[in-house]
Amino acid sequence: MQPVIAVSNLSKTYASGFRALKHIDLDIRRGEIFALLGPNGAGKTTLISIICGIVNATEGTVAVDGHDIIRDYRAARSMIGLVPQELTTDAFESVWGTVAFSRGLFGKSANPGHIEKVLKDLSLWDKKDSKIITLSGGMKRRLLIAKALSHEPQILFLDEPTAGVDVELRREMWQLVRSLKAGGVTIILTTHYIDEAEEMAERVGVISKGEIILVENKAELMRKLGKKQLTLHLQEPLDTVPPELGDYRLDLSSDRGELIYTYDTQGEQPSIAALLDDLDKAGIRFKDLQTTQSSLEDIFVSLVREDR
Amino acid sequence: MNIHAMRAIYKFEMARTRRTLMQSIISPVISTSLYFVVFGAAIGSRIAQVEGITYGAFIVPGLIMLSLLTQSIANASFGIYFPKFTGTIYELLLAPVSYLEIVVSYVGAAATKSIILGLIILATATLFVPLRIAHPLWMILFLALTAVTFSLVGFIIGIWADGFEKLQLVPLLIVTPLTFLGGSFYSIDMLPPFWQTVTLFNPVVYLISGFRWSFYGIADVSVAVSLAMTLVFMAISLALVAWIFKTGYRLKT
Ligand SMILES: Nc1ncnc2c1ncn2[C@@H]1O[C@H](COP(=O)(O)OP(=O)(O)OP(=O)(O)O)[C@@H](O)[C@H]1O
Ligand SMILES: [Mg+2]
Repeated sequence: MQPVIAVSNLSKTYASGFRALKHIDLDIRRGEIFALLGPNGAGKTTLISIICGIVNATEGTVAVDGHDIIRDYRAARSMIGLVPQELTTDAFESVWGTVAFSRGLFGKSANPGHIEKVLKDLSLWDKKDSKIITLSGGMKRRLLIAKALSHEPQILFLDEPTAGVDVELRREMWQLVRSLKAGGVTIILTTHYIDEAEEMAERVGVISKGEIILVENKAELMRKLGKKQLTLHLQEPLDTVPPELGDYRLDLSSDRGELIYTYDTQGEQPSIAALLDDLDKAGIRFKDLQTTQSSLEDIFVSLVREDR
Repeated sequence: MNIHAMRAIYKFEMARTRRTLMQSIISPVISTSLYFVVFGAAIGSRIAQVEGITYGAFIVPGLIMLSLLTQSIANASFGIYFPKFTGTIYELLLAPVSYLEIVVSYVGAAATKSIILGLIILATATLFVPLRIAHPLWMILFLALTAVTFSLVGFIIGIWADGFEKLQLVPLLIVTPLTFLGGSFYSIDMLPPFWQTVTLFNPVVYLISGFRWSFYGIADVSVAVSLAMTLVFMAISLALVAWIFKTGYRLKT
């Protein structure tokens, strides 16, 4: 299937001479939720801005649903909604007015019913006649989402959509994103909350210093890079790990009361069953055990650290 | 054509005008009235007629032009500068609108506002001096052409400016002097020959002369020349705007 966004060989050098993007190739699949992760200054916003037409690329091309973003900008842009990272809004316009303005700007005829729905979905309905300047930061963030949804885009970019939004509303927004996806909208989001990506995304791209260092299905990524740990709480503390268990490369906790077995999920190491068997043979008894699995956050941190 | 977008921008700009109605209408009306009191009544009473017209009536077209020029530039430059300043311009760059549509909408709104203003000042003037308008259609044409041309100039300034000082610099340093020296308050014939020649390099002379002709049938330069020059300024402004958008100058990084 043709990707809904095809970025090829995209580079950006800012006027300052700074190279913010270096030969980016990236395909976004139709209807997916894609999370773009990366440390501050990695180039996430720059990449999104080029795709949306706000920043000029230095080199390379982008096609949105087959439409080149420069030659065929009208077709490309009318498919896209963007929620920018910065809270940039007018001040004296009303909430309703500014959302209706966005819809018009994208060439859609007025549709009060749709705007009403969007405002209600974002819990902004009771604010519809308020001036924007009277809204709180979190409300403004939601207003920007409402503006982006006002023209019924098929592709939605969310550049840190939940920064400054409280926990409950964050859950509501995730819900909204899921229902948009169910309606066929492709969603690309950046976030610094890894749990958000873990919760929502089907695929994850990691960008660092202007380069995409990894694009992977989330589940695949967790499987490949995810580490598991088995912790055994011993009945009797041990002085050293018995030599017959050397194959397992076990760690002994500093209070000598716990044995820790680290294994990856690829299963190239001896199985847990074998370990428990061998422990039994060595006469080591334990009173409890627990396993932990590394999160996307741990994976992300280790990836970016490697890249440094 | 993205008509919906053009309508949205135009409506947005006109709503801004309505919100600032007081300052945008009241202050030019007051300052124009002051000109009438000072130049028309106080000084004018000592000046005999200019080319058969009382001095008070003679300065009306120039006064309207003065307001028209400054207001067109102020409206249009602010209209595009402000979104740049607050960052809301991102939406304009994001939207499926052509540059032509953006210019037409912003300049159209700014010109509308200054034409309304010009007509209000004209109405104010009738309270002070007896007026006759010999060629009303030409009067409207000059009014509209000038409003559009200088709204284009304002638009260019708004894009060029990267601070509020620059936004005021051009109107203050260039436009106001040109207008005062453009024959708002006198006929060019009143100047010594050397200055008459210098004046002919001042574009505003042609605007005011043509505009005054539509009132009283008298002109410093021929109407055809006035009209041609007005159109030339307009073409130059349009070319500049086209260049700005083609290069993304100061709009996109
Ligand atoms: N207009 C500009 N001129 C020069 N350099 C810029 C400009 N905009 C961004 N940069 C630089 O480009 C790099 C990438 O910036 P970008 O905003 O894309 O990062 P980001 O990944 O979105 O970061 P964050 O997580 O902080 O939002 C940064 O080093 C930034 O300093
Ligand atoms: Mg960013």
